[in-house]
Parts: sequence; C-alpha cells; structure tokens
Amino acid sequence: MLSVTPDILTDLPWGQLLVNGLALGSLYALTAFGIVLIFKTTQVITFAQGETAMFSTFVAFTLLTAFQLPFAVAFVLTMLFAGLFGALIERVVLRRISTTTVLNPVIVTVGLSLILLGTAGWIWGYEIRTFPDPVVGPPFHLGTVVVSQLNALIFLVTLVLMTVLFAFFRFSPTGIAMRAVAENRVAAQLMGISIGRMNALGWGMGTAMGAVTGMLIAPINYLDPGMMGDVALKAFAAAVVGGLTSLPGAVLGGLLLGIIDSVAGFEVAELRNTIAFALIVLVLVVRPGGLLGRHETKKV
Amino acid sequence: MGRWLRTRGRAVAPYGLGLGAVLVIPAVLGVIPGVAPGYVLYLVSLALIYAVVAIGLGILIGHTGQISLGHAGFFAIGAYTSALLTLRLGLPFVVAVLVAGSVSAAIGFLLGLPALRLSGPYLAVATLGFGLAIPQLVVWQGSWTGGSSGLHGLPLASLPLGAFTIVFRTDQDYYYLAAAVLIVLTIFARNVVTSHTGRAFVAIRDSEIAARAMGVDLVRYKTTAFALSALYAGIAGGLYAHLLHGISPEDFTVLLSVDFLTMIVLGGLGSVGGALSGALLLTFLQNALTRLPVVHDFKNLYIVVLGAILILTIAFLPHGLAGVMRSVRQRWAARVRDGAPRVDQIVELGEGSGVR
Repeated sequence: MLSVTPDILTDLPWGQLLVNGLALGSLYALTAFGIVLIFKTTQVITFAQGETAMFSTFVAFTLLTAFQLPFAVAFVLTMLFAGLFGALIERVVLRRISTTTVLNPVIVTVGLSLILLGTAGWIWGYEIRTFPDPVVGPPFHLGTVVVSQLNALIFLVTLVLMTVLFAFFRFSPTGIAMRAVAENRVAAQLMGISIGRMNALGWGMGTAMGAVTGMLIAPINYLDPGMMGDVALKAFAAAVVGGLTSLPGAVLGGLLLGIIDSVAGFEVAELRNTIAFALIVLVLVVRPGGLLGRHETKKV
Repeated sequence: MGRWLRTRGRAVAPYGLGLGAVLVIPAVLGVIPGVAPGYVLYLVSLALIYAVVAIGLGILIGHTGQISLGHAGFFAIGAYTSALLTLRLGLPFVVAVLVAGSVSAAIGFLLGLPALRLSGPYLAVATLGFGLAIPQLVVWQGSWTGGSSGLHGLPLASLPLGAFTIVFRTDQDYYYLAAAVLIVLTIFARNVVTSHTGRAFVAIRDSEIAARAMGVDLVRYKTTAFALSALYAGIAGGLYAHLLHGISPEDFTVLLSVDFLTMIVLGGLGSVGGALSGALLLTFLQNALTRLPVVHDFKNLYIVVLGAILILTIAFLPHGLAGVMRSVRQRWAARVRDGAPRVDQIVELGEGSGVR
C-alpha cells in the first residue's frame, strides 16, 4: 500500500502539469476576475459571464475569418465590443431589476445567459469549429518542460492585463472611484461619483475580461456555443475559493483551480467538474468568505 | 343567491378562486383521459411530474429563500435510485420510489449543511456545481449505473392493494398515477407552508437574523427545507424513470435545473399553486414550440424563450402568475364588497374618502 502512492506521485510529469495548469489557471483567473469585478462594483454575481465571453469569442472568430483581420486587431476590437456589450447589458437589463432580493439578479443573469446561448446557437450553429491559432511556431523548452507558443502568449496577456488593471485601480481617478463604490456606495455617491456609470464600467470591464479568456481558450479547446460552460463553472469556483470580494483572491483561486484541473484531468478526467464542486463546498465550509475574501457580517 | 353573495360573499370571495380551482381542476383532470390521445396524456403526465419537482423547489426558493440551481441533480438521484432498485434488486415500484425520495431527501439534508454557511450567490454557485457533478458521477460509476448510455427496460409501475395489484400499463394509467401523487404532494405542501414549519421558512427568507431572534432554529429549518424539496424531486425522479422506462445522464442537464427554476419564477415564488401552474404551462410551451412548423431550430428558440420568460417575469410580474391571480381575486372580492360595505372597510377607507 505504501509503495503505491510514491509511484503515482513520481510518475506524474509534475513540471509539465504545473505549466499547463498555470496557463489554464490564468484563463480561469481572467474570467474569475471579471466575475469578482462585477460583483464588487454592482453587488450582482453574474451567471452570464461564460455566455457573454462565448458570444464575444464568436465575434472575434467572425472578425478573424470573414474579415481576415490580424489577431492583435481582432483581439482589441473584440475586447472593445465586449466592454460595450457588458455596459449595454447593465444599462438595458440590470438597472431595471429590483435588487431587493438576492434571487432577482441570479435569475435575471441566468436568463441572460440562456438568451445569449440560444442566439449564438441560432446565428453560428452547434457544429464544433476550430478557432484560428493566434501564434504559430516551435514551442519553448525549459529543461524537460515544454511551453507552447500559445501558453506563452496566455502568460504574457495575463501578466500585462493584471499589471494594467493593478495600475488602473491603484492610480487612476476612475479606478479609485470604482473601489470607492465597492467600499461604500452611499459615501461614494456623496463624493460625487456616479454609481450608474461605475456599474456600467464594472460590467463592461468584467465582460471584456471574460472575452479575453474566450479568445485564448478557443484555440486550445474548440469553438461552439457550449464552450464556456465548464470554464465558467471553474471560474466561479475560482472566484468563490479566492473570496468573491477579493480581486487578488480571484487570481489566486484561478491559478489554483487550473493546477488542480490539470492534475485531475491527467488522473480522473471524468470528474473534473465534480472536483471543482467539492472544492467550492470545502472552502466555503471552512472559510465562508473564501481564501482572501472578507466574510461579511450583517448588521441589523 | 344575490343576497347570499352580499352577506356571505365577502367571506367567501377571497377563497372563491381557490375553491373553484379545487372543484374544477379534478374535474378537468378526470375528463382529460377520455378526450386526449395517448401522446397528450404522456405529456400531461410529464408536466405533472415536473410540477412535483416545482412544488418542492418552490418550498426551498419561494418560501425559505434558499436558491438552488441544481435540482436536476436531486431529480437524477431519485430517477437512478428507483431505476436501479427495480432493475437490479427487483424491488416493487412503490418501495423503489419511496426509497428514491428518501435517498434524495437524505442527500438534500447533507447539502443543506454547507448551505447553512452560504447565502445567496454562494449557494447558487454551490448548487449549480452539485447539479453538474451528479451526471458526471453517474458516468464515472458506469459499471453499475449504465454510464452514459443509461438504464433501459424498466419494469412497469405497479401498486399492490391488498389481494390484487394495479399495474400501470398505458399512458392513461400512468396519468392517473402521476395525478394522484401530485394531488397528495400538493396538499402536503400546502399544509407544510401554512404550518408552524412553513412560517419558520418564511421568517428565514425575510430575515435570518430576525428569525433567529424569534427563536427559529436555522440549522433545523434550513436543512428541513432542503430535505423536503429534495424529497419532492426524488419522488418525481422515480416517477419519471418509470414513465420513460429508461433514463440516461443526458436527461439531467443544467438546462433542466433552469427549467425547474423558470417554472416557479413564472408561476410566482412563494405560492404552491403558482409552482403547479408554472410547471404545466412551461411543459406545454416547450412542446408547443417543437410543433411550430416554421421553426427548424427548436432548441435555440426554446432556450431564448426560457431566458426571456425569466427576465420579463422578474421585471414585470415579480410575483408571477400567482401574483396576477391574487390581484384579480382582490379586485373581484372588492367588487362583491361594494354591495355591502362593512365596518372594517369603512375604517380602511378613512374619513376623507367617504363611505359609498
């Protein structure tokens, strides 16, 4: 019995799984970051994050194939589209919904995700497409570990986005205003910050983050309306594990989920979602606020 | 009659529609088998089974305020338990369905324990994960659950009654079975929600802190709500497996969980009758859409319609169909009252408005 475990542990290509897991985890982290960003600014946890990302990825696909745009241009245009799309959703739908109960936003965003799913299925169909590779070329070798060009791009994009966002929330007046809204809505409003504008901005930025995940995961997996289902669940798990109120927590949770996913996918591929679910429950039971989040105690 | 309405009407009126429903629904239920072809009967049976799940889910979401996006998981647990018991162990149908309900309830109780510490969106994510995990576990344990091809060739449902046994062979037989189960479980649900337990559920929904201050045991009532709602889904799952004579993991997707959610949102949260009507309406709508001659792409249309129903109901009919019925009932009651103003009405109207 004792000799079995070390065998399994040493047989696993740990370095490779770690790199693959971190790449996958970066993608989960981006979507999770979007979920947490929307939650922090608007107090709505969106169940439409996966589907807005899927929809945006189809837009990117159209730009790449029908318009033959270079990847970088299509990437930026899609992020802009997703940003406007997210802001539009906030303006047209969520602003009109009473948030007196927690149920309403959940139900409405579930409804949104269904509408997007059906519309995408109607426009683009369910045949599985291959998304054009953003980068081609020989992989990099780090000792025995192989890093594909795509994984390298994923690391680069994640790093750049995280740095830009960190600077945005730390130094720009708009970023600070968004943090103020997340901290205390009433006080922020009294300081002359437009809550409505910040809500729309939060939705726009969060949706754009999801779109980045979609565009970078589609070359790995495939492109079809159901492509983000599993990814969104993992991103949720990441956001909850990291603490829904913590942006660094979302990144940490995403990377953690990616590594677990990569190792579990190697051993028990059928149970990847089950493991994600078990992890959510486990973390929430031990630390209801997540790893880095604050557990909010309600005042009467 | 007119005088009776004037004197007694005000007391009876608020219950008029409910009373009407009690009289009319069984009559309609009794007439359907005589006039409807087999396929419609099958469809109605399916709608009745979904209504059982919806009523259970309504107790959890509508009354207790605990969201679940994974009720297809409990439905699957019930279906698989009852299918496995009858197929592998040869247990009688009735026993299998009761065990299916109990197993589901036990798992609901267990899921209720972490739910004690989760609220709102956290719970939604956790239950969503639960709903996704169950079909995966079924496929994973393929050696005895049949894996992704599922279980087929379930025996006919039968009910031993003393010396002889009723066997449910035709769609019509099955329809009566589903209707009987639904009626019993509807009455039970109505009794629960108007009981001490039901008031504790509502207190938890409205404010956990206030409920606790009033001495409501959160652990006990939250887990009870989960177990009760899982019991309903489990029993319904058992009936479903035997109605279709076979099941596979693909029957229990997240979309089914969302179907159940839409049923109770459309029907009206916090209303047993609403859950019932929402389930019937949505099942028929789903079927009607597949029959539209112009639509080739039924799945997409249905998904979009489902999403639109969720959003539009929350935006424009926050209390669902039950809320519409309630306002109609109140208007009707007010019209009956107009004939004979009563003391409390005068007090209600106040001095300025004058007494009609």
